[in-house]
Amino acid sequence: MSDLGDLYQQVILDHNRNPRNFRPVPGANRTAEGYNPLCGDRISLEVRVEDDVIRDIGFQGSGCAISKAAASLMTAAVLGKPTAEAEVLFQAFRDMLAGGADAPGKLVAFAGVRAFPARVKCANLAWHALHAALQNQSDPVTTESSRDF
Amino acid sequence: MLDTGKIRPDFPILARREHGHRLVYLDNAATTQKPRQVLDAIVGYYQTSNANVHRGAYGLAVAATEAYEDARRTVARFVNAWAPEGVVFTRGTTEAINLVAGSWGRANMRRGDTLVVTAMDHHSNLVPWQILCQEKGATLRMVEITEDGRIDLLDFGRALQARPRLVAFPYVSNSLGTVNPAAELTRLAHAAGAVVVIDGAQSTPHLRVDVQALDCDFYALSGHKMLAPMGSGALVAKPALLDAMPPYHGGGEMIERVWDDHATWNKIPHKFEGGTPNVEGAVGLAAAIGYLERLGMDQIAEHEQALARATIERLTQIEGVTVYGPRDHRAGVVPFTYGDIHPHDLATILDRDGVCIRAGHHCTQPLMRRLGVPATARASFYVYNDVDDIEALVTALRKAGELFGTVPA
Repeated sequence: MSDLGDLYQQVILDHNRNPRNFRPVPGANRTAEGYNPLCGDRISLEVRVEDDVIRDIGFQGSGCAISKAAASLMTAAVLGKPTAEAEVLFQAFRDMLAGGADAPGKLVAFAGVRAFPARVKCANLAWHALHAALQNQSDPVTTESSRDF
Repeated sequence: MLDTGKIRPDFPILARREHGHRLVYLDNAATTQKPRQVLDAIVGYYQTSNANVHRGAYGLAVAATEAYEDARRTVARFVNAWAPEGVVFTRGTTEAINLVAGSWGRANMRRGDTLVVTAMDHHSNLVPWQILCQEKGATLRMVEITEDGRIDLLDFGRALQARPRLVAFPYVSNSLGTVNPAAELTRLAHAAGAVVVIDGAQSTPHLRVDVQALDCDFYALSGHKMLAPMGSGALVAKPALLDAMPPYHGGGEMIERVWDDHATWNKIPHKFEGGTPNVEGAVGLAAAIGYLERLGMDQIAEHEQALARATIERLTQIEGVTVYGPRDHRAGVVPFTYGDIHPHDLATILDRDGVCIRAGHHCTQPLMRRLGVPATARASFYVYNDVDDIEALVTALRKAGELFGTVPA
């Protein structure tokens, strides 16, 4: 049996309470909306990409601790990184939640989500929005439109 | 209070352990658990009486038809329907409302007409009307709610000045627990010339319903929210209205004679029951009604209201908890938030103590916007819940508060 402490690790509680990059991005040239129609969680992501590098990134919206902390840690993890590297992290994060190997760095804090299948969508929401933003998709991302949420 | 010590053993699922704890099921507004009397009735039907209904010339088919039509009479008696033929079996409230929208609405709504709903309606008593109004070029008017979660009667009166063709509202709100003055709202709507549709999904299981006393035109109910199987339910209507309405689903059973290019319709209620019906659902629903009537609907209402009062009292002692909905005239539904802890996190944390609550928008997104919250947590009660369940809820909530640290309201 998994413990609640595995899900709500201190780093997650901290990023929920004090989300990083929780702000609009001046001069953003990529945006995406992430929406979970089942629970109403909603994030709006803004990214400024220059020379295939994420120069700035921020998010706004409302959601549970898992979705908010995931968005916060995601922005911290990809800020300043080449877009290709962000996509690799997206894949690693998704793989981890699908039962694969731990994702690098602080993202491993979400490994505990694996034991709470009902919450995997919460953790993935921001990452899917980032992927959509980098791909320049204009339709809002919803947790019901992708099989691997 | 009901004797839950005698009731709980009737519900096999309550023996389930959840993360090492006893199951504390507080999501009854979503669906209810089933007593063995209902499960036995379903199994018994398949073991002794199963055949297709209304068509066999043999004894077994007659038995199946009798079981099905007996169930219809039971539902009719339970809500004091105008007549058994005014009870159309449906998959539940949603299908019953879609039937009214798709049949009565298609035949009677015209461009420029107004249709009135309320800001506390469940999506199932809103979206079918949105679709109808868009199709017909009609105006949908949403009546506002008061700050304490009741239908704003002043705004209701203003909406009626447009002389709407149809007025729809819930008897009991699934998100707030508000018990609306349904008979009074119906009287006002009728005086304005409207046909009245009542969403009875949350009232039929929890209080004594008399549709003739309400005097509404259509009343929708779900079996699964009142101990019966999922996929059972009914539209209860004034027979003369049903008689005048075109069919909803075409198919077998709903016809009288079929020619190459047209058909004539069966009598009500069969005109609206195309295809092989959910006979086990009807049989289960009748058994559930029998179970509820043995407990007594007035006793059930009293029991749940007492639990709701006790829950509100306990919750409001916890710093940071906000309870939504009116102080009086409320059913056994308690929506709340706890500081800045998101309801989904609450639901996950409570689940570890075996406590099942609902978190989210409860299929009432327009209402959530008015409450100014993206989501609420909701505890809702039924006949097997008792004060121990409230204690388990409160204990688990305190754990959530500890886990998340300080919880500013």
